[in-house]
Amino acid sequence: MNDASTYLDAASSEPLHPAARQTLLAALDQGYADPRRLHRPARNARLLLDNARAVVAECLGVRADEVTFTSSGTEAVHRGLLGLARARRSRGSVIVHSAVEHSAVIHAAEWGSESRRVGVMGDGQVDGGDLVEQSMVPGVAVVALQSANHEVGTIQPVGEFRLSNDVPLFVDACASMGRLALPDGWAALAGSAHKWGGPAGVGVLLIRHGTRWETPFPADDRVDHRASGFENVPAALAAAAALRAVVDEREETNARQFALVDRIRDAVKALADTEVVGHPVERLPHLVTFSCLYVNGEALVTELDRRGFGVASGSACTASTLEPSHVLAAMGALTHGNVRVSLTRSTSAGEVEAFCSALPEVVAGLRS
Amino acid sequence: MIELDCREMLCPQPIIELAQHLADVVVGELIAVVATDSAARYDVPAWCRMREQEYVGEETAADGVPRYVVRRTS
Repeated sequence: MNDASTYLDAASSEPLHPAARQTLLAALDQGYADPRRLHRPARNARLLLDNARAVVAECLGVRADEVTFTSSGTEAVHRGLLGLARARRSRGSVIVHSAVEHSAVIHAAEWGSESRRVGVMGDGQVDGGDLVEQSMVPGVAVVALQSANHEVGTIQPVGEFRLSNDVPLFVDACASMGRLALPDGWAALAGSAHKWGGPAGVGVLLIRHGTRWETPFPADDRVDHRASGFENVPAALAAAAALRAVVDEREETNARQFALVDRIRDAVKALADTEVVGHPVERLPHLVTFSCLYVNGEALVTELDRRGFGVASGSACTASTLEPSHVLAAMGALTHGNVRVSLTRSTSAGEVEAFCSALPEVVAGLRS
Repeated sequence: MIELDCREMLCPQPIIELAQHLADVVVGELIAVVATDSAARYDVPAWCRMREQEYVGEETAADGVPRYVVRRTS
């Protein structure tokens, strides 16, 4: 029994970055007013919001007027994807997407539209030829492709596709924003602050300058016409501060995490009847997914938790779902006995070693 | 062909049954898993790939439950 808790689920949510915490506390007292008003407290709030937007734009290498803060990554996905589709409704309503998109993208694509899935290879990368071919079918409004997969870490070669004519590309970058540079070729793109160490409740929506986009939901008269609801100014500023810090540190962080994940991959490969899922090299630095034959996913998560390791699972035999992960299914991977391990920026080599030495015992125990 | 009745079993039990009963058929013969568990659709082919057996395909049993057919190759 291990009393110390090792959180290995950063892909669900990264702990708050110290830079975000500090900024959030300071901004809570400064950024309360309505940034649309003309009095001094309002001007302060507006200044903080504009500052947050400018920082995010600089960190991502985009224009400030391309940045919208939303209330979550999911809302950024909804507004980005559906806003592109709405602006193209005279041309068609079909949304083409890869089979391994986040469920937020898939649900949005199925909401009032016809959607078509494009398959992936065994390593999780989309079938590029099929994606391009599907985009050429008349009636297609938008193509959606993630920057990197949230469950298995595989990076999609987003910038390498030439889509037909003027079909816009929506990119869900929630899993990679802050960690990796943005890919090219998108018309709209979504990110989520709590995935990079900002606070929850902040999403980032980018709409490329000159892109046709119309709000898919009722309009609101806020500072930014692409958003709705009262702006969470302190959280947006904290998200921007975390992004600044994460981008500045990422060369070192990514190299360290990539090596630690390789260590876990090797430890998993040494176990019998176990497979590592996802691309070995073209992958997010901090994440690895694997499946163990003959093991119940929920039992695996529970036993690892009992030993102090907090991990996620895409198996159907976890309490939260009766269906296995659509990502694992699309890849042809084993869906039971599945575990996703994702490192935080401060996960140490010692913690990884402890996990690697506990794992064989846990798996053997559950198989016996 | 041997048929394993894995109706109402939850994952990974149907795959455990398949592994335990593979030796009940000779090399070249078929063994089928009848399973209501939705993970079996993906996990029977994945097991075949990992254990180097041949996944023949999916059929439907008389009561409408999916039957996943495997050929023992080693």
